Amino acid sequence: MNKTKFDSILLPFVGIAACVFIWWCVAGKPVTKQVRDDFGDVVTVTSRVGISADLPGPIETWHKTRDYILKPFEKRGELDQGILAFTWLSLKLVAQGYCIALLVGTPIGFCLGLSKTFSKIFDPIIQILRPVSPLAWLPLGMVLFSSVKISDAAGHVLFGAIDAAALFTIAVCAMWPTVLNTAVGVRAIPQDYLNVAKVLKLSRAKTLCKVLVPATLPYMFTGFRLSLGIAWLVIVAAEMLTGRPGVGGFLWQQYNAQSFAHIILCILTIGVVGFVLDRLMSVVERRFKAV
Amino acid sequence: MSHYLELSQLAKVYPTPKGEAVIVKDFDLKIAKGEFVSLIGHSGCGKSTVLSMVAGLNEISGGAVILAGKEITGPGPDRGIVFQSPCLLPWMTAFENVMLGVNQVFYTAARIERREIAEYYLSIVGLAESMHKRPGELSQGMRQRVGIARAFALSPKLLLLDEPFGMLDSLTRFELQQVLIELWRREKITALMVTHDVDEALFLSDRVVMMTNGPAAEVGDILEVKFPRPRERKEVMEHPDYYRLREHLITFLEVHAHKKRKLVDVPPAPSGGSPIQPEAIEPQRFCAA
Ligand SMILES: Nc1ncnc2c1ncn2[C@@H]1O[C@H](COP(=O)(O)OP(=O)(O)O)[C@@H](O)[C@H]1O
Ligand SMILES: [Mg+2]
Repeated sequence: MNKTKFDSILLPFVGIAACVFIWWCVAGKPVTKQVRDDFGDVVTVTSRVGISADLPGPIETWHKTRDYILKPFEKRGELDQGILAFTWLSLKLVAQGYCIALLVGTPIGFCLGLSKTFSKIFDPIIQILRPVSPLAWLPLGMVLFSSVKISDAAGHVLFGAIDAAALFTIAVCAMWPTVLNTAVGVRAIPQDYLNVAKVLKLSRAKTLCKVLVPATLPYMFTGFRLSLGIAWLVIVAAEMLTGRPGVGGFLWQQYNAQSFAHIILCILTIGVVGFVLDRLMSVVERRFKAV
Repeated sequence: MSHYLELSQLAKVYPTPKGEAVIVKDFDLKIAKGEFVSLIGHSGCGKSTVLSMVAGLNEISGGAVILAGKEITGPGPDRGIVFQSPCLLPWMTAFENVMLGVNQVFYTAARIERREIAEYYLSIVGLAESMHKRPGELSQGMRQRVGIARAFALSPKLLLLDEPFGMLDSLTRFELQQVLIELWRREKITALMVTHDVDEALFLSDRVVMMTNGPAAEVGDILEVKFPRPRERKEVMEHPDYYRLREHLITFLEVHAHKKRKLVDVPPAPSGGSPIQPEAIEPQRFCAA
């Protein structure tokens, strides 16, 4: 028992160490040479060698990104902020888009699960729309919401077409797991439970909130968890294309600036945040499955 | 005799790829108010089908069910139902499960009165201590008690029971039969129960209806059970008529079991008492005979 606990902590570290080692092997290393130039002077030239010469190694990455990590909330400029400040901006956008996805997706899922006709009408459309990439939805969002513009008194745009398009993209992409899992959950409700509602002649509203929703909750939460994962996946694409400040926006800007250490920082941040979100949701999910 | 519940020419037909499957046909039964009737027959003959048609949960293919002068067209809380599995909603406590129905039926009563109704029936079935537990925390037998309390709490016109004790061990089964019969005596509710337990049928019922084997099952025979009430299990089992009645039921079931196996050389049911007391209906025994 003690051994399994030991293993479950130690073995992941072995994996991480192996990855860092491979990273270190592949990354370029700066090499300083003394060369005699055309005028006969001795000058020091630094060049990078390695399999991916421009890729910074682990230690180099740490030195270049420590400012962003050690002062995580500092704001030096719109696109130059601490990593957690960026994460917070991205999370806010994800939360909004995710809420829209749940509010729209859950009722659609219920309709699909409850009505065979509804399901026959919309199932093909859903199957076609589901695999569409966020990169494809975003331009459509821009067109759809081109007239959206909410400004404050000073004329600063508070919520524009770009924001609406980003939310739209997140919502549309993240909605499907919620829709499909809710529908499956509704279809899986035991006939016994439905019979209770029928025999007691519960009204539609009462049947929904006393029987259908509680019976579907475990499935719904599986959908919610998968949806959150996708919403977080989409945020990078949405921010990259719109240039909004956030982890994704920062990543794209740093790519344009050829600052690879910062890109690695962004990738790691996105991964860790996604992992944490998934863990949190699965804790909630398990609570509902336990009932 | 006035009929409170009347099943008239009741039929159930399922459409199947191989044509129509006639499960029940020309099923006629009249039940007086306050009577306890058991429906007995081989597994798969259509007992549950008949019961669920009376419950309104299964569509009626032919004939009619008339309860208190009105034809049944769908499910409703005027019929309390107890199934083999108690069908409690697992996210609600025992009390909330009962209240769900009580709130529906007695919506004009004050909240406190409705609570009292639920608490009263849950206490009677012996759940005063654990009425605020979820079904997951209750034993199989306790869950079935909740099911019984829920059915009675609605003050239904008719009680429908489908092998209510089929999944319980025999000790719990005896206890719950006692709970059921006491509640039934108190409330005087007309009851129709499906069972395949001969002793249970004899202990509880005024009449036992024997169904012929399907397909196209119908009423084969009806047995009057005239043991005095209130009944004690021991008294009933020691009653001089007990084994004659039991034999009658078992012979009926045996004959129909043989019919299905195309073995027709079975002696007819003896009219008098018989010293042979088969313990249970085991198909293997028929093969060996
Ligand atoms: N949907 C259905 N389609 C076709 N046959 C069915 C259907 N439902 C039940 N049956 C058949 O009806 C018969 C009676 O079932 P049931 O009433 O459950 O029997 P039991 O007497 O054991 O309660 C069974 O033989 C079963 O196969
Ligand atoms: Mg049955």
